[in-house]
Amino acid sequence: MIDFIGKKRWFFLISLILVVIGIISLVISQIQVGAPLRLGTDFTGGTSMILQFSPPVEQSQLWEEMAELGYDEATIQKAGEGNFIIHVREITSDEARDLAEKLGAVLDSQVEITDYYLVSGTVATETARNAVIAVIIAAVAMMFYIVWAFRRMPSPFRWGTCAIIALIHDVFIIVGIFSILGLLAGVEIDALFITGLLAVVGYSINNTVVIFDRIRENVSRHIRPDFAETVNDSLIETLGRCLNTALTTLFVLLALFFFGGATIHYFVLVLLLGVIIGTYSSICVSSQLLVVWEKKEWRALLPFAKRTA
Amino acid sequence: MRSRNVYLLIFILALFGFALWSVVPLDRNAFGREGLRLGLDLAGGSYLVYQADVSDIKPDNRDEVMEGVKGVIERRIDALGITESTVQIQKREGEYNIVIQLPGIANIEKAKERVGLFTVLEFREQDEAGNWTPATGIVTVNGEEKELILSSRYFKENTYVDVQTGRPLLIFEMDETGAQLFKQISTRLIGKQLAIFLGDEPLRGEDGGIIAPKVEEVITDKGQIRGLSFVDAQELSRLLNAGRIDVPLGRWVDEVFEPSVPLYERTVNATLGADSIRKSILAAGIGIALLLLFMLVYYRLPGLVACLSLGIYGVVLLAIFKLVPVTLTLPGVAGFILSLGMAVDANVLIFERIKEELRGGRSPGAAVEAGFNRAWTAIRDSNITTFIACFILIWLGSELGARMVSGFALTLVIGVALSMFTAIVVTRTFLRLIVGSRVVTNLAAYGVTSVLTK
Repeated sequence: MIDFIGKKRWFFLISLILVVIGIISLVISQIQVGAPLRLGTDFTGGTSMILQFSPPVEQSQLWEEMAELGYDEATIQKAGEGNFIIHVREITSDEARDLAEKLGAVLDSQVEITDYYLVSGTVATETARNAVIAVIIAAVAMMFYIVWAFRRMPSPFRWGTCAIIALIHDVFIIVGIFSILGLLAGVEIDALFITGLLAVVGYSINNTVVIFDRIRENVSRHIRPDFAETVNDSLIETLGRCLNTALTTLFVLLALFFFGGATIHYFVLVLLLGVIIGTYSSICVSSQLLVVWEKKEWRALLPFAKRTA
Repeated sequence: MRSRNVYLLIFILALFGFALWSVVPLDRNAFGREGLRLGLDLAGGSYLVYQADVSDIKPDNRDEVMEGVKGVIERRIDALGITESTVQIQKREGEYNIVIQLPGIANIEKAKERVGLFTVLEFREQDEAGNWTPATGIVTVNGEEKELILSSRYFKENTYVDVQTGRPLLIFEMDETGAQLFKQISTRLIGKQLAIFLGDEPLRGEDGGIIAPKVEEVITDKGQIRGLSFVDAQELSRLLNAGRIDVPLGRWVDEVFEPSVPLYERTVNATLGADSIRKSILAAGIGIALLLLFMLVYYRLPGLVACLSLGIYGVVLLAIFKLVPVTLTLPGVAGFILSLGMAVDANVLIFERIKEELRGGRSPGAAVEAGFNRAWTAIRDSNITTFIACFILIWLGSELGARMVSGFALTLVIGVALSMFTAIVVTRTFLRLIVGSRVVTNLAAYGVTSVLTK
């Protein structure tokens, strides 16, 4: 029998490390790029396009040539073999075609603009604001639902809060990973990133609720006197379901990630990361928080704190 | 009990049959039915959003004027020979956005030129060097003398084409200011030509020549234009009727209006669209194959049942997409494929419960019933949270004008709702019938190897 609750310090430590790494990256990015995440066209305005090179060219080469042509501010993301997502200042589709032709000539490759996208700066600011609002509303709405669904439990508010903390944990880790990707590989976030994040939030909460549901059932059946043991039992009973659902979802997502198109490459990555991290936080974080709260073992949250007997 | 299941089975099969009938053929129009409606990123084409400068129009008249503008744009796009385009007016907080979708167009710059410019037609005369310059006159408006350009602003809204004589005649009437203006200009220009300009481009007829009728007599409050082809006359009359008020299209940047620059523009190459479809189908195929294999190996008989209900789920979902119809975008396809993975979830929840019940020593029949009943609260509560996330996404999408976001959320909502139905109704009916028929009594078929005896 696996003791999920007993290992809670380890899980909290792992989560803490992941979240801290993410926050460090967000800070570095803020200093280097001027924003915690590399913001795409949807948030900053400008022009984005997908350039398809055949034969494929190197990202570094492309970057050099872009700078040579006066686009040294360009962000270049690789999205599959020979495909690059390029974000530059606002240029018309004529100028874009001109740029593509020049790039094709100097890099000796056939270039095609397969996707051209222009967003005005004023809309972009509004987009960023609305996206943040949407994530917050979603979190609050789901918390209220959980509080309502667990209204017959003692202190239902606690269940909602734990689920939401796990959710914020997921969001932080994914945002952190994308911040690192932004620094290392020029990966930008766009409206689809927010979409993916919200879908992931739904998925993660979904998992947490399934586990909480089992705890609720086991608590009301009074199988074990100890809350921690009841929670552990519930985790083991739901483990098969959680892992199997994660697996079936991962199968389809992996297929999309490797064989789907360039446009949704990073969108699928958000979903993939979300399913993995969401499953982890449901099994290893949210229920443990519930136990800590129930037993008032707040010291367990601190890494390297002395173990109390 | 037994007969209820048989009825349900008949209902499910009928639903499946109907869905299958609606889905075929998927990709093209046939049997008088449309194919799946594909979004811009799958079919290729352009998506443009402009803001309208309505500052010169009285607030009460704005809705009506914008309808007129919509008509003007539609006509201009039609004139480019683009079919299946859509033009929508979105009103938000007193601002008007014009959303234009052009499927599979090659020359977007040309389309933008036509779409993003002015709606008021200007009359121009030729100077000595042969250049077209605005035809002006000095008129008294409200007791003040002003120099004005003759334009479609001063036409009454009753311009029409008369074909009684066999030759099309464009009949028009001028308002008070227009009558004064036209009188001065036509007096000056007898025997000379007047060209009609939209922005800096002269209007051209079907034959490609500039439309520049010769002034034959003095015109005051009424007049007519002869010698136009029927098509040209009709087009001109429409443009004159719609061009009474100028509504520039462009965008606002820090309280300053930039004409003819779109707020959003997206153009997807049709080859990328086709490529995306091919890749999505491949990805879906591989993902689904793995999924089905896993379910079969891990859950055995219930797994097989889940595969069957998943098949029904997929076909019914596609039928809903076609019948609503839902415009399928690339993120929408991702949502569809993701929902397949998640649709299994409800089944997995139930099967795990059934396994537990079987291990606890219950008979298969009792285990199936208990499994469904006890999995229900988890299925309900967990899916409602997903719904909450989706509805907020749909709101966000419409707020941002980001169709990709709404497309994804909508497919996910439909998918999750339908997955609950397939798990609760389809899987349960199949399992009840199989268990009830007592064909399979071996517990290994349910993936259970050891039974706890109490």
